[in-house]
Amino acid sequence: MSTRTAGSLRTYLLTRVLLFVPQVIVILTIVFVLMRVAPGDPVSVALGGQRSEEELAELRAAAGYDRPIIVQYWEYISGVLRLDFGHTIIDNRSVAEIFAVNGGATLTLTVAAFVVALLLAVPLGLIAGRFRDTPLDGSLRVFGILTYAAPVFFVGLLMQLAFARGLGWLPSSSQASPVVTARVPSQTNIFLVDALLAGDTAAFWNGVQHLVLPAVTLGLLLTGTFMRIIRVNLIQTMRSDYVEAARARGVSETRVVIQHAFRNAMVPFVTILGLQVALLLGGAILTEQTFNWNGIGSQLVRYLDSRDYIAVQGIITLFALAVVTASLLIDIINAIIDPRVRY
Amino acid sequence: MATAAGPPPDDSAVPAGGRTRTRRVLSGIARPYRDSHGVGRFMLVTGTVLAAIMVVLAVFAPLIAPFGFAQVADVDGERFGNHLEPGGVHLFGTTTQGFDVFSRVVWGARTAVTVVLLALVFSLIVGVLLGLVAGYVGRWVDRLLVMIMDSLFALPALLLAIVVAFLLAEHIGGGAATAALAITAVYVPQYFRVVRAATVSAKEQTYVEAARAMGARSGTIMFRYLLNNVIQSVPVIATLNAADAILTLAGLGFLGYGIQPTEAAEWGYDLQRAVTDAGTGIWWTGLFPGMAIVLLVMGLTLMGEGLNETINPAIRVRRMLSITLPERAHESRPGVSPVSRQPGPGPEQDGEAGKDGAQ
Repeated sequence: MSTRTAGSLRTYLLTRVLLFVPQVIVILTIVFVLMRVAPGDPVSVALGGQRSEEELAELRAAAGYDRPIIVQYWEYISGVLRLDFGHTIIDNRSVAEIFAVNGGATLTLTVAAFVVALLLAVPLGLIAGRFRDTPLDGSLRVFGILTYAAPVFFVGLLMQLAFARGLGWLPSSSQASPVVTARVPSQTNIFLVDALLAGDTAAFWNGVQHLVLPAVTLGLLLTGTFMRIIRVNLIQTMRSDYVEAARARGVSETRVVIQHAFRNAMVPFVTILGLQVALLLGGAILTEQTFNWNGIGSQLVRYLDSRDYIAVQGIITLFALAVVTASLLIDIINAIIDPRVRY
Repeated sequence: MATAAGPPPDDSAVPAGGRTRTRRVLSGIARPYRDSHGVGRFMLVTGTVLAAIMVVLAVFAPLIAPFGFAQVADVDGERFGNHLEPGGVHLFGTTTQGFDVFSRVVWGARTAVTVVLLALVFSLIVGVLLGLVAGYVGRWVDRLLVMIMDSLFALPALLLAIVVAFLLAEHIGGGAATAALAITAVYVPQYFRVVRAATVSAKEQTYVEAARAMGARSGTIMFRYLLNNVIQSVPVIATLNAADAILTLAGLGFLGYGIQPTEAAEWGYDLQRAVTDAGTGIWWTGLFPGMAIVLLVMGLTLMGEGLNETINPAIRVRRMLSITLPERAHESRPGVSPVSRQPGPGPEQDGEAGKDGAQ
């Protein structure tokens, strides 16, 4: 952690952005190699047996799968650079369109899950750190491990059994009731926003009700990790000299936590968010499947089932790019708010 | 979940005062249990017990399970009936297809343990080998491997596993090996990272230099001298990864890319079937396999955390600080060696306490 001049922030940001390029190329290469080591070209794998040999050959030629693999690799990379992620084979949609149409559902779910995780983890993590090594801390730790140990689809199943089937408080699947979905015109492909734009509060409320169970299910997955990190950060911050100074002035321990340590304890929290994006997306695939939620995860499963390699390749590419970009952004934010990160 | 911070290579060989090799290995295994205290010991013991129960179920599945995992009728050929409630002959009830839920949970333990052990062996071999080579050889080999591993690490774990399982299923079918290889792809980067980091720091030590001065070949240095030392950092991640691997396996099964239902009983697949049942209020088809997953994952996680707390001296500080004056830590810092042989609370702080939070 060397101290450098003010220019170091710029140097850091530049290095970080430059590193981003080879990282993306390596990821794209891995995705391409993974998807193409399989025998057979994408067209015959997806449509083989359904069309005649001539038709298949025609489709292959049209999509360029009869050319050398290195040419196809170049096409793929340059396509991604132009933000063209290819067209699906079975229903000829562009991958970008899949993200535009189904991305809204995934975005709603992940953002809501993230909010749930923060709402639960911040207070619980602070309590655990404040009362560390007490039975309260211990039971919160067990709770954290439990949220991690329970697979999202099992938690989802229990939620459905308890709150949808048992108590009948909330709907158990899909984004909104079919009647409501039919009523709201689709503009942004984010149902809740569409409902608001249409001025349909009843539809909005219906959407929120449908969102609660999936969001809590996915949110719990992150809660354990978040809690743990907030707790450790708080404990570390509580050891610093300025906190000791506050204590010496007679400020009560709880007040020290809330007024003095809290903000500094939250800074390192930003660092780990990068990894959580990947976890969140993985969990979203499972949650969508559990709650019959028509997001990108559901689409991925659908295209996997119909062996549409190009669709799968495109969706994975976009997922990977999302994760890498998110971690780039988080690193940049982190460098700006915490000078110690820059090197 | 991902263990980014590996414990430093502490506690080298056990005093070899005429003890046999077996005894040394056994005492090496027993050491964390002997050395642990308080919360760490509680976690270690509870975790080991939970995991041991599951291993017993896995090993003795044919004796414990009353029926086969795909059996729908008893020996007289009489069908079990679908959706029977728990109780009587069918302790946990039966499923839509008429399978005995209890038997499937027990056989599922066998599947989970087998797949995770396979995956662990595969990823240890690949990860440790690559990490050792990258760390020792350095230069472009290192840079290339680090870049590939970092990229694999950036992909969502489940997504990577799904793709690998999906592609392998086309070649070698949807068996235990496919699932294990898919999981391997996810965890290799983690072993690679930890072993590489340990190798990079260990190769600068005097004993490696001495070996090199005596003319030892690179292979000898890596496998005779470095391997033993860097492998110390593996048990904690291996246990935590095993826990994570169970979840990945179940996730694969839930999405239908894991082990095919005809090949073995798998908890994730059972839960997928159970989601449909939940709408009609049938709870037993999902609850029991789900509980099995939770217990096994919790067991392994507790074990890993307990081990971490016992083996990794940096974390011991935290427990100590809660009892003694915290400021002492700073005074004794400079002269502290990272190697600690003391089982009890010693003055071994390195100011890195709390790094465990980076997981």
